[in-house]
Amino acid sequence: MSAPLLEVQHLRKTYRTHGSTVTAVAGVDLTLPEGGSVGIVGESGSGKSTTARMLVGLEAPDAGRVLVHGQEQVAQPRGRRERLARARALQIVFQDPYLSLDPRVPVGAAVDQAVRLHTRLTRSERRSRVLELLTQVGLGEREAALLPRRLSGGQRQRVAIARALAVEPDVLVLDEAVSALDVSVQAQVLNLLADIREQTGVGLVFISHDLAVVRYLCAETLVMRAGEVVERGATDRLLREPEHPYTRLLLSAVPRPGRRSEVDGGTALSGRGVPAPGR
Amino acid sequence: MSGPLLEMSDVWLRLPEVARRPVLAGVDLQVGAGEIVGLVGESGSGKSVTARAALGLLPPTAEVEGRVTVDGVDVLSAPAADVRRLRAESVAMVFQDPRAGINPMRRIGDHLTESARLTGRRRDLDAARARALELLDAVGLPDPRRHLRQYPHELSGGMLQRVMIAGALMGSPRLLLCDEPTTALDVTTQAEIVALLGRLQRERGMGMLFITHDLDLAASVCDRIHVMYAGRVVEQAPALGLFEQPRHPYTAGLLASTPAIDGGGTRLRAIPGVPLSLLEDPSGCVFAARCDRVLDEVCRVLAPPVVADGVRSVRCARPLEARTPRHALRTECVS
Amino acid sequence: MSALGAVVRPGRLSLPRSLRSDAVLLAAGVVLVAFVAACLFAPWLAPYDPDATDLGNVLAPSSPEHWLGTDQVGRDTLSRLLYGARTSLVGPLLVVVTSTVLGVLVGMVAGWRGGWLDATLSRVLDIAFAFPALLLAILAVSLFGKGLAAPVMAMSIAYTPFVARQVRGLVRSARSRPYVSAYAVQGFGPVDVALRRVLPNIAPVVLAQATVLFGYALLDLAALSFLGLGVQPPTSDWGAMINESRGAVLLGQPLTAVVPSVAVIVTVVAFNLLGEELGDRIARRDA
Ligand SMILES: Nc1ncnc2c1ncn2[C@@H]1O[C@H](COP(=O)(O)OP(=O)(O)OP(=O)(O)O)[C@@H](O)[C@H]1O
Ligand SMILES: Nc1ncnc2c1ncn2[C@@H]1O[C@H](COP(=O)(O)OP(=O)(O)OP(=O)(O)O)[C@@H](O)[C@H]1O
Ligand SMILES: [Mg+2]
Ligand SMILES: [Mg+2]
Repeated sequence: MSAPLLEVQHLRKTYRTHGSTVTAVAGVDLTLPEGGSVGIVGESGSGKSTTARMLVGLEAPDAGRVLVHGQEQVAQPRGRRERLARARALQIVFQDPYLSLDPRVPVGAAVDQAVRLHTRLTRSERRSRVLELLTQVGLGEREAALLPRRLSGGQRQRVAIARALAVEPDVLVLDEAVSALDVSVQAQVLNLLADIREQTGVGLVFISHDLAVVRYLCAETLVMRAGEVVERGATDRLLREPEHPYTRLLLSAVPRPGRRSEVDGGTALSGRGVPAPGR
Repeated sequence: MSGPLLEMSDVWLRLPEVARRPVLAGVDLQVGAGEIVGLVGESGSGKSVTARAALGLLPPTAEVEGRVTVDGVDVLSAPAADVRRLRAESVAMVFQDPRAGINPMRRIGDHLTESARLTGRRRDLDAARARALELLDAVGLPDPRRHLRQYPHELSGGMLQRVMIAGALMGSPRLLLCDEPTTALDVTTQAEIVALLGRLQRERGMGMLFITHDLDLAASVCDRIHVMYAGRVVEQAPALGLFEQPRHPYTAGLLASTPAIDGGGTRLRAIPGVPLSLLEDPSGCVFAARCDRVLDEVCRVLAPPVVADGVRSVRCARPLEARTPRHALRTECVS
Repeated sequence: MSALGAVVRPGRLSLPRSLRSDAVLLAAGVVLVAFVAACLFAPWLAPYDPDATDLGNVLAPSSPEHWLGTDQVGRDTLSRLLYGARTSLVGPLLVVVTSTVLGVLVGMVAGWRGGWLDATLSRVLDIAFAFPALLLAILAVSLFGKGLAAPVMAMSIAYTPFVARQVRGLVRSARSRPYVSAYAVQGFGPVDVALRRVLPNIAPVVLAQATVLFGYALLDLAALSFLGLGVQPPTSDWGAMINESRGAVLLGQPLTAVVPSVAVIVTVVAFNLLGEELGDRIARRDA
């Protein structure tokens, strides 16, 4: 049997900040089959972003390995060749489309930079490749010439996706990539991601605090809390028959029309372990 | 007083320096005592501006028309002292980000007793402190006495939002304006805060304007919902009715594009296009460019009529039929 | 960029916002154009040789032949003012260019690398910060002799911490931005990202600060010349001109002293206004 697309083994990360230590990620495992998609959900501070940053090499794990097609990914790539190989394994789209694009670079050029770094296409070949990528995310030549600040939030997030796809990664990590968008635009981007997965076969690791959103993209879902995976399984099963009490709490907290939430004030508060830091 | 606590009728607001279209265009809105009214819409639709107008807090360059009365006082034309008294006694507001609304260098107790401090009378201060303790307890914080001495950074976001709610209740307001009070919080914390707000509202018989961009949340909290798009209230209906049978294509579109945790389907029916910017001022219906029911010769020319039946109203030339089961909207048939 | 709010200024005048109306800015622009024109075209604009003395016509008041009068040895004040602009430009320009290049270098390394290197460099900068530029310049003069070279070198070093601190702050805040992380994830090398992606983003802010620094450098160098430590006679220089005309003031002929003083003040204020406005515009654009 060939190696899975993505295999994550016992990923761990502890932060030390003046005296106290925070175990942000306490041993995450996950496997993604070819063309698969996995969701990671959990409350604020549960370690979702830290996991994502370790996946793409922005943060060095204290322990654990990341393998793509069976190839171990170096934690901190050195030299051009290693960096490019690392980039082609995993790419990321961040939450805030306002901050994740260089404010000085027109969006077409932003995509072109990535294409130029990773291919040896001629100028005209690059031009058509950039246009093809932008078209794929529903943008055109008109937008290509604009600076990020001239685009709407949804358009910027599309650019960020196009830029990540320009590298032709095996796996695309999306860290709350639709959370900052309006619902109508969020739906467009979710559909777009589903289409892209179908067309390119790229694997998706989709991080969100919103269980409902994950359902639309991910066959499998991990529920994280305080750095640990408390439950995992097929998304439909997880939503229908949650096993872990925390998953159940998350589900019961989702607002539903015509039904005032039963989670009561005082008890739930004292029952919660970690108060979300920084929120 | 028997009239509604908050009544806005045909409120127009223009910002000539930044906006080509009106920021608010003929907003009608009522909140009665003991009622929770939702205000839903995407970013930039004018929800916060509407709430601020109810407090008489408007950008200095704004041009306003229409009537806004709170507890019978006309906020837009009353003397400044009356409006200030209104803000101190009858209305209060809770904001999205609790950390933005509190001075990080001051203790929770000082924040809560601020207005009593201004009068400078010992008796007022003692009364205020007693009330703060009582309210911190009422909002479900575990140790009111200790919290009074704490600084904002020592509390989590959810706990701080409880403090802000307690602060809003200090003056025993009859009307509470909540501007996305849970958007910055986790779902579980959101559920707690929403339950808390609902309980306080029932106990105190307050009127409440609840602003959110989350239709599911609004439908679970509110009695009635107003849906805003580009500064207009495009539909207004009882929460469940709106949810089961949306009549404005925008409401239907919003519902269809909101991911649902239950229900089938693998694809969302997104509304095409993007929300109207402040620089666009189309003639006819503001939603026409994104609408799947648009009739070019009507919608792009004439401002849509308001169709009302006493309980609900919709501002559309071609509203959806009264019976469209919701599941048919939410998911496309995958063939 | 929010770090702009924390721009360090060499502890002197920072003009109130009300002074920065469009009309005032226009005036500042006109002053700077005039200043640069004087530097470039002094030989053509000046009616007399700036060094030509005329002992028969000393301390003349304003007249059709000598618009701004003459000094204590009968040199035409207007001509000396125009030529003096050149010296007044060259010194500060050298100071600003050198300290900006050095400051950007140190600031980028400290801000980008972080860790012990940052800690060490920051400590060194803190110490360097404690020395007033003027004092350092006077020290340099006493070591290496009078003239333009020693003070310019000393002040370049004294101004470097201002730039370095600012750049370090800007780089550190840029570094934690998702767009910089995105470059790293795409496979761009750290040096590439720092120099070709981050530097252009902070350059406008650095430029604005350099404009303000230019004004301060001009003031400091004029002060040195006034003290007789900077540019040496007979080279025309505004600071030196004020110094030389001290006697004239006592004789009741203040014009020769007033003219260069006004020139210094107006130019410094103009640079300040322009620099701060530039910074504000950038901050507003990035907000
Ligand atoms: N650079 C850091 N230094 C110190 N602690 C950190 C750092 N980054 C993250 N943490 C801590 O690690 C924990 C996990 O953070 P992480 O950002 O991964 O959470 P998250 O699940 O992404 O939360 P959110 O939903 O708020 O984005 C938090 O307690 C956080 O405070
Ligand atoms: N003081 C102001 N100056 C200029 N424009 C303003 C001002 N206040 C609001 N606006 C504009 O008016 C429009 C409506 O703003 P408002 O804050 O009411 O939107 P909202 O529906 O609350 O959106 P969000 O969900 O993002 O909070 C926006 O386009 C906003 O940019
Ligand atoms: Mg995160
Ligand atoms: Mg708002």
